[in-house]
Amino acid sequence: MPGEPKPTVGLFVTCLVDAIRPQIGFATLQLLEEAGCVVEVPQAQTCCGQPALNSGDDRDAAHLARQTIAAFEGYDHVVLPSGSCAATMVHGYPELLAGDPDWAARARAMAAKTHEITSFLADVMGYAPAGRRLQASATYHDSCSGLRELGIAAQPRALLSHVEGLEMRGLPGNDVCCGFGGTFCVKYADISNAIVTEKAEAIEETGAELLLAGDLGCLMNMAGKLNRRGAKTRCFHTVEVLAGRAEGPAIGEEAP
Amino acid sequence: MTAPFKDRARAALADPVLKLAIDRTTGNAERKRAAALAAFPEFDAARARGRAIKDHVVAHLDHYLELFEKNATARGAQVHWAADDAEARAIVTRICLAADAKLVTRAKSMLGEEIGLPHALADAGIERVETDLAEHIIQLAGEAPSHIIWPAMHRTREQVAELFKAGHQPPPAAEDPATMVQSARRVLREKFLSADIGISGANFLIADTGATCTVTNEGNAELTTTPPRIHIVTAGIEKLVPSTAHAFALLRLLVRSATGGEMTQYTTFHAGPRRPGDADGPEEMHIVLVDNGRTKMLADEFREMLRCIRCGACMNHCVVYRQIGGHAYGGTYPGPMGSVLTPVLDGLAASRDLPNACTMNGRCAEVCPVGIPLPTLLRAWRRRSWREGLEPGPLRAGIGLWAQLARRPRLYRLATRIGLPLMRLFGRSGWIARLPLAGGWTAHRDLPRPAARSFMDQYRAQQKARK
Repeated sequence: MPGEPKPTVGLFVTCLVDAIRPQIGFATLQLLEEAGCVVEVPQAQTCCGQPALNSGDDRDAAHLARQTIAAFEGYDHVVLPSGSCAATMVHGYPELLAGDPDWAARARAMAAKTHEITSFLADVMGYAPAGRRLQASATYHDSCSGLRELGIAAQPRALLSHVEGLEMRGLPGNDVCCGFGGTFCVKYADISNAIVTEKAEAIEETGAELLLAGDLGCLMNMAGKLNRRGAKTRCFHTVEVLAGRAEGPAIGEEAP
Repeated sequence: MTAPFKDRARAALADPVLKLAIDRTTGNAERKRAAALAAFPEFDAARARGRAIKDHVVAHLDHYLELFEKNATARGAQVHWAADDAEARAIVTRICLAADAKLVTRAKSMLGEEIGLPHALADAGIERVETDLAEHIIQLAGEAPSHIIWPAMHRTREQVAELFKAGHQPPPAAEDPATMVQSARRVLREKFLSADIGISGANFLIADTGATCTVTNEGNAELTTTPPRIHIVTAGIEKLVPSTAHAFALLRLLVRSATGGEMTQYTTFHAGPRRPGDADGPEEMHIVLVDNGRTKMLADEFREMLRCIRCGACMNHCVVYRQIGGHAYGGTYPGPMGSVLTPVLDGLAASRDLPNACTMNGRCAEVCPVGIPLPTLLRAWRRRSWREGLEPGPLRAGIGLWAQLARRPRLYRLATRIGLPLMRLFGRSGWIARLPLAGGWTAHRDLPRPAARSFMDQYRAQQKARK
């Protein structure tokens, strides 16, 4: 509404996006600004602490939780291009810090305003991309944390439906884990490989040119397997397509 | 103790026939469950009620146990209490030896497996005959169950034909399912009629009537529990429900979640031994109530696991179970529920791999008919394992190093500034096919080459340029 102050958003880019594919961070930033937010990227951010949390190392996880809360609690919203890191903040932080009298309430307050990017755009901002075109067929994998811990399923699909020319194809087993599981994929490499092999086969069978998903971890796993198998499927984070940035190199492709 | 699980998993992954067998059965189970739920719109309400029933019983376990004992005793059953598996085995063996039993028939019971009953009977020199068709198959194969609903689900029809050919006298005339079932029926029927004792489990222990309830789809439990002189029930103490109505409320959840059926073929209530004037039934009925770690769970963070009604939906929907099958888990209970229970039963040091070998995808909790937060409980085991120093050194060091770096944002930036270009040296084009220390990843898949400059570096440069 005109005159109303724009909401401030603290963007958490996630450690994988930071190191492997910054483009996802810039696409997220662009979409947030298009949706009418004032976006800042706090410099004190690193990793949300999920690897420690899922390994049982609560002390380190709690430390990272406090560091992240301190860096982000001043914003109206905290937004991440990752359902699993968002779920760590929404569910993990309050649980980790429940027994800490100084931090429990701060963790809950932070959890209440933390959002995964597609659900933030669709549910909070009521945003829809305009004027985007991409002539391609694509299939979508529902990453587990986002799907089951945050209820993200309709939002990315609704947003993608605004991209002209994009033909979405169903992926059998779209809600079945790709076998990434954070440290699981290296701790139990053989089992992870068996799981991602099945996933890659299902993706290839759709014949879709693109694979889209909302978590870079899962995408790296599936893209890495597809490439090893010699598949031609190109992999993008959902926000890259939504921001009109899927014309360039896909995950694992070199810029010309 | 990390090697055995990984070895078993690797062997399972290398067995294409096993994979075929698992996919057939779990795939079917998944489809049938989905269809059963679609036809049962009040499932969510039923699930909430089921959860409430179990929580209520668990919160008042002492009350219902006493009530059950009183009512079962009044019906003429003898109630025994076993604190652990050894005591449970000893009680059952003692009853068998006192009755001079030569042949015991057994209806499928996971608790019987949990307490090691098959071995105990063998050690006591008693012939044991498994009467559930799948249990009959694995007895012929000399194996343990690989699933709590379909113990022989890891075996294909073709493999079963081989087992029957070798194990049935005379061997079945053909390999079609009907002929093979007839053959098993003939072999087992003889045993049903000559057994001295029948041992069954219980799906529910009904406090206000003192009855036990057993469900099957084959009718073998009835033939196990009725003709012999003595019927022994072994059951975990968490199987209690206040009344028959509560048992039915849970049964609606159990059957749909397990097989996708609406009701089991056979649902039998046993309320004491034969009374004067009864046409049949055993002369003695013994009920062995087994704790074996359950009251310990009651007092700690695994309490919610006591809601489990043993439907197997979590394993049918688990990506890990569907790749490695039940035997790889190495305990009585496989899959997600087993990965929570096995450390209770075998100790965490012997089973720390199980709570770790999970991707935390949450599908098990999504399908659980009594809402057990399985990933949360698995994480609780990981936390305990970390605290007790059971996690392997390299993992601890790796996570610790990562955390130390992540706790210092400026140092972290410096490390990415140096590390990313270094990592890029390992890649040709956009991919890295081999990376030192990342063999777990690159053995099976390529790694996208990292960015030359991190997001944070690029963003900061942009911000400076703007000013």
